Amino acid sequence: MKIAVCVKAVPDTEAKIAIADGKKNIDFAGVRFVTSPYDEFAIEEALKLKEKLGGDTTVISMGGAECTDVLRDSLARGIDNAVHLNDADFAGLDTLSTAKVLASAIKDGGYEIVFMGQQGVGGDNSQVPSMLAELLGFAQATMAVKFECDGTTFKAEREIEGAHEFIEGSLPAVISAQKGLNEPRYPGIKGVMAARRKEIAVKDAAALGVKGQVGGANLKATIKEMALPPERPQGRKIEGDSDAQVSELVKLLRSEAHVL
Amino acid sequence: MSQGILVFVEQRGGQVRKASLEALSEAHRRAAAVGGDVSAVLIGSGVKGLAAQLGKFGAKKVLVVDNAALENYSTETFTQALTEAVKKVSPKYVFAACTSMAKDFIPRAAARLDAACVSDAMDFVTEGANLCPVRPMYSGKTFGTYSLSGDLSFITLRPNVFALSEAGGDAAVEDLSLEISAPKAKVVAVHAAEGNKVELSEAAIVVSGGRGIKGPENWPVLQGLCDALGAALGASRAVVDAGWIDHQFQVGQTGKTVSPQLYIACGISGAIQHLAGMSSSKVIVAINKDPEAPIFKHATYGIVGDVLEVVPKLTDAVRKLHEHN
Ligand SMILES: Cc1cc2nc3c(=O)[nH]c(=O)nc-3n(C[C@H](O)[C@H](O)[C@H](O)COP(=O)(O)OP(=O)(O)OC[C@H]3O[C@@H](n4cnc5c(N)ncnc54)[C@H](O)[C@@H]3O)c2cc1C
Ligand SMILES: Nc1ncnc2c1ncn2[C@@H]1O[C@H](COP(=O)(O)O)[C@@H](O)[C@H]1O
Repeated sequence: MKIAVCVKAVPDTEAKIAIADGKKNIDFAGVRFVTSPYDEFAIEEALKLKEKLGGDTTVISMGGAECTDVLRDSLARGIDNAVHLNDADFAGLDTLSTAKVLASAIKDGGYEIVFMGQQGVGGDNSQVPSMLAELLGFAQATMAVKFECDGTTFKAEREIEGAHEFIEGSLPAVISAQKGLNEPRYPGIKGVMAARRKEIAVKDAAALGVKGQVGGANLKATIKEMALPPERPQGRKIEGDSDAQVSELVKLLRSEAHVL
Repeated sequence: MSQGILVFVEQRGGQVRKASLEALSEAHRRAAAVGGDVSAVLIGSGVKGLAAQLGKFGAKKVLVVDNAALENYSTETFTQALTEAVKKVSPKYVFAACTSMAKDFIPRAAARLDAACVSDAMDFVTEGANLCPVRPMYSGKTFGTYSLSGDLSFITLRPNVFALSEAGGDAAVEDLSLEISAPKAKVVAVHAAEGNKVELSEAAIVVSGGRGIKGPENWPVLQGLCDALGAALGASRAVVDAGWIDHQFQVGQTGKTVSPQLYIACGISGAIQHLAGMSSSKVIVAINKDPEAPIFKHATYGIVGDVLEVVPKLTDAVRKLHEHN
């Protein structure tokens, strides 16, 4: 079985976020990139499926130089092959263009299943998996917390507001991982050493057949301006013993904040 | 030329989501700037009776895709129904509440129609007849204002952020009958999870507990406050990871995003990943015994104290208040 995993390189979630000159993006100077946390669940699920059914796993990441370490991290965890989709045209893509580039790399590869994260942290879009499924004409189950597959059909469970949804479908499919799907393994020293020697295939827009089709004038959603969140007004600590604190709090919530 | 705003109104089991009515209210407020009418689309089985009330919230027309095959939500069937409705109405914008259903199928519909898609808008800036959605990024550490191009864009709106208003009038109800294609994957069952009576992501008040509540045996203390306030219960990741409570209660970057009127953080330190899920709350109250806890930097009101002492007193005070009113 051919299994693909899409991973995004994102700024470390602890990174201090500052806005770059021009206000179109954050300032990436000094920012460390990591595998988007949800993608770690996607990698793990791919490894588990291969252990169960056999086959071949390929990790795919689109972006600039920041993808290399992230791809190596996937290889170190046990993914077989890595593909880096890298082209100047791919900078600043919106979600639909991103899905188009990923689709171009996946469509003729004979993949039966694509694992992804439910959200790329940072952009926080939660869109690319559903878009990719549509472009490939695959079934989908997003935000999966449980997943089973026998090689031709799959079952997935997802959390929705106040309930769980149970999905059954047939392959090929795109599955996006929610926290809870599994416990990701971490690369061991042997894996890290082996990953260093593995080759990462690099493909550009021309090789993927998307030259002139993504980015630039094709973009449908672009950031006009980025700003820091509105400052919250300076808060207030309520003094006194717990009885005094509680009665003061209730008073403030009623007559100042008007929320009670 | 496309015009107006089409709002996808989500219903489950014959209940229209409040967050969808918020999206409809916002569409009504933005319609004058955008030009054209506000219409709504309802998708399901036996849902026609829900259509007329949507007029009040601003829909001039409600398209109803009523089909036995749409009884349960499935990505592909709803994508088909929505995209057909969009082709019929030719709106400039499609709005939907940013719920787990919308997150699943709205991007698929956008890809089918080769349209822009922006999720989790919290505000709009208008530029002539164009809407520029403003949305949090980097877990709320920045806000991005987007320019959209093309004749059609999909936008999902964060629940609890846009005001409900009943400024509309009557709606014309129209059937859109479709032959629904068999999906490659479908929802075969939906099981209610034991959890909040009010859905966490839509609750007006949220009371959350963290490691400071000491142990799972103390959830009833917080639940008492929830009951007194009509609030939903939330939790930090630390207590979810410790197995004190199910993941569906988790608030934060890897949990749910909430923006209630009032968020009460009990024994929560205020880690950046927790703030990611609740920093857009209108009023934040923090109860923590450590005066240096980072949560106090974000709290509107802070109480330095022991949660297990303060919360029961607060519950009593709220109950008394309600008795007097
Ligand atoms: C990738 C990633 C994603 C994450 N996602 C999330 C997420 O979605 N949601 C989330 O919450 N966290 C998330 N975290 C974890 C986050 O970093 C924190 O570890 C977590 O929020 C801490 O939970 P806490 O505040 O309950 O515990 P602690 O940080 O241990 O804080 C407990 C607090 O309780 C106070 N306290 C103790 N006893 C009492 C008492 N008797 N009365 C009053 N106060 C008391 C202490 O002073 C302390 O401030 C994530 C982390 C990572 C790396
Ligand atoms: N540039 C990218 N390269 C590879 N995968 C990506 C990329 N962007 C998004 N994805 C995948 O899509 C998921 C959801 O991303 P998003 O829709 O941006 O929140 C991520 O968790 C990845 O699995």
